[in-house]
Amino acid sequence: MAIIERPSTELEVSITPSVVVPSTTLGNLRRPVQSTGWKSWLFTVDHKKIGIMYGVFAMIFFIIGGVEALLMRLQLAAPDGKALSADLYNQMFTMHGTTMVFLFAMPMAAAFANYFLPLQIGARDVAFPRMNALGLWFLVVGGLVLNAAWFLGGAADGGWFMYAPNSGPVFSPSNGVDFWTLGLQIAGLGSLIGSINLIVTVLNMRAPGMTMMKLPVFTWMILVVQFLLVFSLPVITVALVLLMFQRSFGATFFDVAQGADPLLWQHLFWIFGHPEVYVLILPAFGIISEVLPTFSRKPLFGYPFVVFSGAAIGFVGFGVWAHHMFAAGLGPVSVAVFSIATMAIAIPTGVKIFNWTLTMWGGKIWFTTAMKFAIGLVVLFTIGGLSGVTHSVAPSDTQQTDTYYIVAHFHYVLFGGMVFGLFSGFYYWWPKMFGKMLNERLGSWNFWLMFIGMNMTFGPMHILGLQGQPRRMYVWTEARAGEGFFNFGFWNLISSIGSFVLALSVLLFLINVVQTARKGKQAPLDPWDARTLEWITTSPPKEHNFDRIPTVHHLDEFFHRKYVEDEATHTMKAIATGEEIVRNEEANAESHIHLPSASYWPLVLAIGVGVLGLGVLYGVPIMVLGAAIVLLSSFGWVMEPSVAEDSDYDPPAGGTSKELASHG
Amino acid sequence: MADTAVHAAHDVGHGAHVTSTGLSNNKLAMWLFLGSECLLFGGLISTYMLYRGRVANGPHPNQIYDIPFTSVSSFVLLMSSLTMVLAVSAAQRRNDQQTNLWLTVTALLGATFVGGQVYEFTAFYREGLGFTTSLFSSSFYTLTGFHGVHVTVGVIMLLVTRSIIQKNRVTGDKAESVEIVGLYWHFVDVVWIIIFTLVYLIPA
Amino acid sequence: MATATEHAEHTEHEQHGLTDGGYIKVAVVLAVITALEVSTYYVDFGPFFMPSLMIMMVAKFIIVVSYFMHLKFDNKLFSFMFYAGLVLALGCYFAALATFQFFS
Repeated sequence: MAIIERPSTELEVSITPSVVVPSTTLGNLRRPVQSTGWKSWLFTVDHKKIGIMYGVFAMIFFIIGGVEALLMRLQLAAPDGKALSADLYNQMFTMHGTTMVFLFAMPMAAAFANYFLPLQIGARDVAFPRMNALGLWFLVVGGLVLNAAWFLGGAADGGWFMYAPNSGPVFSPSNGVDFWTLGLQIAGLGSLIGSINLIVTVLNMRAPGMTMMKLPVFTWMILVVQFLLVFSLPVITVALVLLMFQRSFGATFFDVAQGADPLLWQHLFWIFGHPEVYVLILPAFGIISEVLPTFSRKPLFGYPFVVFSGAAIGFVGFGVWAHHMFAAGLGPVSVAVFSIATMAIAIPTGVKIFNWTLTMWGGKIWFTTAMKFAIGLVVLFTIGGLSGVTHSVAPSDTQQTDTYYIVAHFHYVLFGGMVFGLFSGFYYWWPKMFGKMLNERLGSWNFWLMFIGMNMTFGPMHILGLQGQPRRMYVWTEARAGEGFFNFGFWNLISSIGSFVLALSVLLFLINVVQTARKGKQAPLDPWDARTLEWITTSPPKEHNFDRIPTVHHLDEFFHRKYVEDEATHTMKAIATGEEIVRNEEANAESHIHLPSASYWPLVLAIGVGVLGLGVLYGVPIMVLGAAIVLLSSFGWVMEPSVAEDSDYDPPAGGTSKELASHG
Repeated sequence: MADTAVHAAHDVGHGAHVTSTGLSNNKLAMWLFLGSECLLFGGLISTYMLYRGRVANGPHPNQIYDIPFTSVSSFVLLMSSLTMVLAVSAAQRRNDQQTNLWLTVTALLGATFVGGQVYEFTAFYREGLGFTTSLFSSSFYTLTGFHGVHVTVGVIMLLVTRSIIQKNRVTGDKAESVEIVGLYWHFVDVVWIIIFTLVYLIPA
Repeated sequence: MATATEHAEHTEHEQHGLTDGGYIKVAVVLAVITALEVSTYYVDFGPFFMPSLMIMMVAKFIIVVSYFMHLKFDNKLFSFMFYAGLVLALGCYFAALATFQFFS
């Protein structure tokens, strides 16, 4: 019940804490006003707290998915692996893929997007703060439902794209696939809500002067990603609903014996699945498009090209899904069309690679950990992109389909691309989010181990694949390992060792995080000499983000406030430090900033939807209970004013106009 | 509409709620949602189109559809779009009484449509078309059922909007709330326009 | 302080769209098209059956979206959001159905 007082640092205003009476939200229930403790997190609508929670949950799932991968590599390290049974192995690779895509990569991108997008456009929060919280809790509930299957009869085991007939009751008799369809529907709903929210935020909440072509590239890429999500998530929802009806209510949508077309699932899955690939990679592209210019001390080369090639990737990404199905027998015309479209998508991607390279060209490069990861992305993604082009050629793809070559390819683009981008983001933005610097020495170890481990793990998979090792094979025998020293056995062992090097690198990162939290160096306000708006505020940012909403005049506004071009020599000369600029903003703080108020309903509604979903499996009474919770919380949501009354904010006795009071 | 505006994130100290595009957050969100829904219904319609001829041993669509009956219920839904737009128009004139009247009529027409669908489903079931009878029956019930759920949700939204207007508990702009519910309602109607032609009028 | 939670009146709502009479006329047009559609069930249109049904369906769709949903009078951004979804849906699903030889 406390209010936070945030007096401007320059002014010595004495503030007496006043008790406020929060307005009601439903019946006699009063809205949550805690600003500290666990309640302040559970009921928060602050985009920064939500962003951090997305990050924490994503990291937990990253570790879970990573352990699943390690178990698989342990199984394949030597002939006749005994670590996992065939059945468990199926569950491992299914859940590894699903977890990494839906519960790590997307939420981690959402973490960055939630935290930095409002800051980069100069907004105080997102357009729909309660919806934002709802998106987070849907993700958490979806993730829990997905993983609950481990303890309730076995996890999903049909592969992450769950083709028929593997998804049917004959090959997946446990409830794993049911939990899988439910969990993904709930998590998908969360992503849909989140993406609508972020699009509206970017379009409508920009600071004065922030035109679309002055948006930071990260924000642009996130915007493209959200459009991809808005238009692709409903397609997988259809697929999941059909599968759910098949498994739970006896429909036969994908049952060949009943005359169904199993390709229907493949189409629906990949119409979603291919845009999803860009959903995963574009945020990483956005991050390194911030990192590379900052540490090259040059503006991004060809900003409009980077932006439009991102949008082009997004658009073309909707027209290439069938290249995942070349081996399914689509007919020559379809294959030719999709093959050419797929090759075309390499063009905008190549444009980006050139832009990044030319950004570094001639720059004064500062090799921080963030920069190393960014450069790592450019290198590794290029390798993965090139092996991707080999798949776009249909005859070659037919050879590669369902071999380890495919596994190698998508791990180069997803691990080498996406994960490296996200880690670059961790090191770059950590001081902004937590006010402390991650240790650069540990960071460097983290990078090099990850770089080496990644190439050791996934590099040999190219060779294994070309030698014919099939994907999803749970065991190999000495007799079939091939001849010579460089046979299956050798490369599988290297790959397995590499995976543990990778695990070590992630461990180092976690140690770094703990160490930083305990005794990390206090971060200066502008540690990297950065360029964009999120740095025109304190680290971590105050609850209301900006003391004064900045007015934007340039692309890279923060940079242009620090430097002006010297007319005579055409060099940039410093006119102010980042520190001075932030202090100046504080001195000119706006008064009476009202932030969106915390709410119980997003969390309650998400739990209700989870219960409703479990009702599909465990009977009508549970469904009714879930529906009741959903109805009640929706009602509470509608009746609750999204902005609390004045009395919730301002001390009854008045107070000075300089103080900013609000509830967490 | 579940979420009314959150204007608060902007600095309201200056008293104005200007968005960068000058457009309402809620309306943008609703249009995005409808854009997304196009792909949802597109998927369900495509599934139906693919499977409509696969009847196994069950009834064939041409034998079972009752075109005169469905024509009437389609007409009812179409006219509910008219009453909806009249409600929006009344709300923009700030005439609460008329707004409530037209919202009620729209909800009633919507409920009539849903009632018709329940009747239709029951009749089909009696003629041997169960949910699991054939690929045709599963995809038909899934598509029209999804649409029916959308109409039902719409009716609930209409009734809730009506009651909170009456009790003067609308958070945010009243006319806009009605308009946004209206957008959803019209969309549901537009989907039915497509379903009526593709599913009912074109023989399989 | 009082201005803080005041919600600005959106007066710009007032003058867009048709008059009530206009809406009724639009509804009459829609009703007539629907009657024509239903008539295809009773009267043999021959080779014009499919094209005429398709044209009438699209016409009804566009009329409702443009007039009842105000897209014709509203900001182009709304049209973009909606038609982007619609065009993607048409493109993807047509292509998918084509691979099943649906149209041949």
